[in-house]
Amino acid sequence: MKSIFKRRSRLVLVVAAVAVLATVSGLSVKGASAAKRSNVTLTIDVFGDFGYHDLYKQYEASHPGITIKEDTEGYPEHHAALAQHLATGAGADDIEAIEVGFIANYTTQSRYFVDLRKYGASKLKKRYPNWKYQQAVAHNKKVIGLGTDVGSLGICYRTDLFKKAGLPTKPAALGKLWGKSWSDFLAVGKRYQKHAPAGTKFIDSGSNLFNAIVAQASPGYYSKSGKVIVKSNPQIKAAWNTTMRAIKLKQDQGLVAFHADWNAGFKNGTFATVTCPAWMMGYIQGQAPNADGKWNIADVPGGGGNWGGSFLTVTKQSQHQKEAAALVKFLTSPKSELYVFKHTGNLPSEVPLLKSKAVRSFRNPYFNNAPVGKIFANSALKLKPQPLGPHQGDFQTASTNAIQRVEQHLQSPKAAWQQFLKDAAAASG
Amino acid sequence: MSALSGTGSSDKVVAAPRARRNLLRRLDAKLSPYLFISPFFLVFGVFGLFPLGYTAYISLTDRNLLAPVSHFIGLHNYALLLHDSYFWNSVENTFAIWILATVPQLLLALVIAHILNTKLHARTFFRMAILLPQVTSLVAVALIFTQLFAHDYGFVNYVFGKFGVHHIYWESGRVSSWVALSVMVMWRWTGYNALIYLAAMQSIPEELYEAAAVDGARRFRQFIHVTVPMLRPTIIFTVIISTIGGLQLFTEPYLFGQSTSGVTGGSNRQYQTIVMYLYEKFLGSTQFKFGYAAAIAWCLVLLIALFGLVNYFLVSRIRSAES
Repeated sequence: MKSIFKRRSRLVLVVAAVAVLATVSGLSVKGASAAKRSNVTLTIDVFGDFGYHDLYKQYEASHPGITIKEDTEGYPEHHAALAQHLATGAGADDIEAIEVGFIANYTTQSRYFVDLRKYGASKLKKRYPNWKYQQAVAHNKKVIGLGTDVGSLGICYRTDLFKKAGLPTKPAALGKLWGKSWSDFLAVGKRYQKHAPAGTKFIDSGSNLFNAIVAQASPGYYSKSGKVIVKSNPQIKAAWNTTMRAIKLKQDQGLVAFHADWNAGFKNGTFATVTCPAWMMGYIQGQAPNADGKWNIADVPGGGGNWGGSFLTVTKQSQHQKEAAALVKFLTSPKSELYVFKHTGNLPSEVPLLKSKAVRSFRNPYFNNAPVGKIFANSALKLKPQPLGPHQGDFQTASTNAIQRVEQHLQSPKAAWQQFLKDAAAASG
Repeated sequence: MSALSGTGSSDKVVAAPRARRNLLRRLDAKLSPYLFISPFFLVFGVFGLFPLGYTAYISLTDRNLLAPVSHFIGLHNYALLLHDSYFWNSVENTFAIWILATVPQLLLALVIAHILNTKLHARTFFRMAILLPQVTSLVAVALIFTQLFAHDYGFVNYVFGKFGVHHIYWESGRVSSWVALSVMVMWRWTGYNALIYLAAMQSIPEELYEAAAVDGARRFRQFIHVTVPMLRPTIIFTVIISTIGGLQLFTEPYLFGQSTSGVTGGSNRQYQTIVMYLYEKFLGSTQFKFGYAAAIAWCLVLLIALFGLVNYFLVSRIRSAES
């Protein structure tokens, strides 16, 4: 018996050794066979919905042998995973989307990305507004990404609530009322609150108001030379003061953007206006399909501004850089950007498109057939470019928190502002 | 074998293979056991020990996740951490949520286990049902409870409203957010602990209860004086396990915040736990401070070890069955 056990144990050892060898060699066999295949699978990693699905199908049809696989996650998770994948040297997709709040983090780390000048990016330069193109250019002149959309700005408002409050409901009339400045906007808010339907407020969230005003500032959080000027820039303080005034005048519902209560607010119509980057149109439609025809869009106070917008990059980790670059060029081509605008709402970033009839004549039926093409294109063309820096995103988080502390009566405006400055300093330190 | 060697072939020829065989046999006896248990230690070494050591090393550098170079800075990260009020805030939150979640949870688990240990109808059904929260996805639990605790249209506020209680801002208040999170944790883990207690209860000899009954102890006294002392080792186990789990709390509070600022644990960091703060510094913001996050991780390890010991001594004061 004993020897049988021993022999068996020896057998187990041998089997184990063989198994280990087999897995090791199996890995190499797998690698070899993958290289031999001529079919290429391109992976693209985005956040939220970029509206590309039909475009992938088109591209696959016209490029036999290419298969496209999209991964998508939430905004913060996507950018956290991206940093991790790049730093560890594994796990990044062929194509990675980067939002404008994070792009400055990567222009300083251009070694992770393919220089798209190798694939003709320089020729595309004149298509973009200079600022949009430059945002993805590294200090060493490498072009790490091509622009997809720009945020632009408008004001989305509920015509039914405006009517009940005795306000004009036509975009042109409202644009005249508040088009010049944000204090005019709050004056309209005063009129709204006087006869407001019960339980409703003029604006949804203080931070949405603040972010829109900051998006119009030039410079914003960073100076042209890349210095953090959160504290010293009077435009930031002005945006803060306007926001605090809206809260004090009780025009603010005090919701948190992208929170469950905010989403419910869209469904139940508890606020009359939302500051609206173009990409917000898709979000509103998704949240409140029951409010079809109740929303409309007017010009934003104070002219142009940009809030959001993204870039597509090709990572150095990609095994198919040439094919990936070609796909990026396809997805950011005027035709594709127009398609996405019409179907998802993300505004094209290319100047000829913004000036084209196809965009400018586009109306969105959900928004009372508002001339969304004209409104957003005008705002995008008018805007003064804002210098970016690596910690934009953290400043936005810190300011959002600060405004919420006031909305939730946890702090006075003064204390909240002081803590915002402290948080901003810590984030960039 | 012995028949072979008995056929008269020379000793020299046989001696070599025999020596080799002996050696193999000896190696087999000495080495095989280690080889058999080696997979665990190899896996632990690769996925446990190495990351621990590497994290310790990283915590002594100013490594930024995206930057190409880093420098050795000694204990500088730890010095910063000791003066970081947001870190201490997260420590406070974590302990508060742990106490609010664990104390009622373990008491409730004891009671439930006690009930399940009696002759109930459909006993197996209840014993299975109580484990259900364990098999639900953590993310689903967090999202649904977040909806339940929403301010305007949340179910909890709806019910409270029926009793004339004003709507509570669960998320924005400090204590209220702790309570909401504790409820999530309790819902998920009470059944698990109850089942562990139940298993331990079933190994308590019936004679003890009979003797107690003869002495005139009612059921409640039996529970206090027989069941609880007999469960002492099990209670210590659950307390230690929930300490480790509770101090690492992340998913529930992270999803409770929902919006992009979820990682700060509310506008005033009112429910940011230690692991959330670690995540914020490491990946959840634009800072990517790998070194600093590693220092937080090591402080967390020390805190868990310390707190685990404290709990061990506290719970050990339950009168043991022997004394």
